[in-house]
Amino acid sequence: MKFEILGNKDTRSGFGDGLTQLGKSNLNVVALCADLTGSLKMNDFKDQFPERFFQVGIAEANMMGIAAGMTIGGKIPFTGTFANFSTSRVYDQVRQSIAYSGKNVKLCASHAGLTLGEDGATHQVLEDIGMMKMLPGMTVINPCDYNQTKAATIAIADYNGPVYLRFGRPKVPIFIPENTPFEIGKALLLQKGTDVSIFATGHLVWEAVEAARALAKEGLSVELINIHTIKPLDNDSILRSVAKTKCVVTAEEHQIAGGMGESIAQLLAISHPVPMEFVAVNDKFGESGKPADLMKKYGLHSSDIIKATHRVLKRK
Amino acid sequence: MKEYNLESLEKFTNQVRRDIVRMVHAQNSGHPGGSLGCVEYFTAIYKVIMNHSTNFSMDGKNEDLFFLSNGHISPVFYSVLARTGYFPVKELNTFRKIDSRLQGHPTTHEGLPGVRVASGSLGQGLSVAIGAATTKKLNKDNSLVYTLHGDGELQEGQIWEAAMYASAKKIDNLISTIDFNGRQIDGDVDDVLSLGNLDEKWKAFGWKTLSCNGNNLQEMIATLETAKGLTGKNQPIMILMKTEMGYGIDFMMGSHKWHGVAPNDEQLELALNQQVESLGDY
Repeated sequence: MKFEILGNKDTRSGFGDGLTQLGKSNLNVVALCADLTGSLKMNDFKDQFPERFFQVGIAEANMMGIAAGMTIGGKIPFTGTFANFSTSRVYDQVRQSIAYSGKNVKLCASHAGLTLGEDGATHQVLEDIGMMKMLPGMTVINPCDYNQTKAATIAIADYNGPVYLRFGRPKVPIFIPENTPFEIGKALLLQKGTDVSIFATGHLVWEAVEAARALAKEGLSVELINIHTIKPLDNDSILRSVAKTKCVVTAEEHQIAGGMGESIAQLLAISHPVPMEFVAVNDKFGESGKPADLMKKYGLHSSDIIKATHRVLKRK
Repeated sequence: MKEYNLESLEKFTNQVRRDIVRMVHAQNSGHPGGSLGCVEYFTAIYKVIMNHSTNFSMDGKNEDLFFLSNGHISPVFYSVLARTGYFPVKELNTFRKIDSRLQGHPTTHEGLPGVRVASGSLGQGLSVAIGAATTKKLNKDNSLVYTLHGDGELQEGQIWEAAMYASAKKIDNLISTIDFNGRQIDGDVDDVLSLGNLDEKWKAFGWKTLSCNGNNLQEMIATLETAKGLTGKNQPIMILMKTEMGYGIDFMMGSHKWHGVAPNDEQLELALNQQVESLGDY
């Protein structure tokens, strides 16, 4: 893959455009929003399918319950609010009314992580992947750019079961070609290599692409794999890569605890223990600031992936 | 109004009350008090009021749906589901035991026919029912959705989010009922956290309210029939159903103490002497 930059867009717009496309193609798709229609890019869906759009106001717990109930009779509800309000605020509702009840609800969560920026730590949820992956039966997806988010949004409508779809606020490079198939639970191999496996998810995939380029200049051969589905994890792809490279760096915009790296560590501890480094937030709350500055301060920049790679290679 | 045989329904309530105390006694675990107080309600909706099919489908298209929000009164729910034909009556014997479909609180997880959502953590059922009622409207399905809530449960904030939504969005195919027995685990609702004037509260939230004595079967049925006649008028409906916790077993009435306590062998015998076996114990 050449990693050509195809544009610059926010992943939430990928969700909004995917949802609108679904509105046309699947009459059972309904959308609910808790007073963040513009932020979630749900306005097009709302305007084109007003009878299938439900504004619930600032009442996320009620929204999750309504979504669970709407599945009874065959609707496919997509809920839209910030990641923090899709998870920690409504954990018990998601757990009992949706996950334990096995309801076909798609929890669509924007503004995840530090890249929400200036609003600060109250809104910068960095624990959501952990909370959602712990729920039995919950699928957890964290796409990396506009195209992948749009494809993921469309793909989850055809999957029967609860899904957590996580995306973000800032404009980031588009580099996954538009026609790339999105397969839930199937990791995307971005670059073959032999020295180190870098597994990245969400906004950190582009940082990993940049890191891989820099490492190539040092003569290092990086295998770069995009883990867009954190649960179910693509064990086969991960183990195949690690068998070859024998060391791992993970990169994600989330706490180390509960993140994608933790899931991979669990797999490798049982099946193929190797040296491993985690690029993620280390047990801290975020703060206000420009997204790029925050990513640097909290160690989520491409340079941090490069440093982690050097560390892991020494331990190999 | 649909015709019914009062004598036969009363026999049904006797058997359900026997089931409740026997189930809770057998595992020395469960919630008899609220269950006993709601026997007339369940008998009314499952035997008279609802158009429903015991050939269970999760989607429940073109049939009335019921959601139990205060899931801890599962004994009465299970007994009535079994005795109206949703699953074998002998399965009541598995209540709260390992490998059972009859979990302590109702769930879809083990596939028990008649249950459409898990409940137990309180305050969630009204939102779920609103969702199901909304889908019925989208599907042009004119059936109704019923819910039951505890009065203590109204202390949960989500109930009031849902209350606000249902009136603002004119959810008028929904008939909710509150088991207004005035008691919760720690004592009288008025002492734990008073609900104030419930009728005025629901009216202020835009609901049409009705009230009845929920332990009088004829009055219960009549009130639910009245509620059905008030659907389709741009307003959700709330029945404030006055009941006595533990109703039908004299020593379980008059206090909150039998909310979640099982009778011992001696107490079971006393209880069973007060409710005649009418349809055969499981």
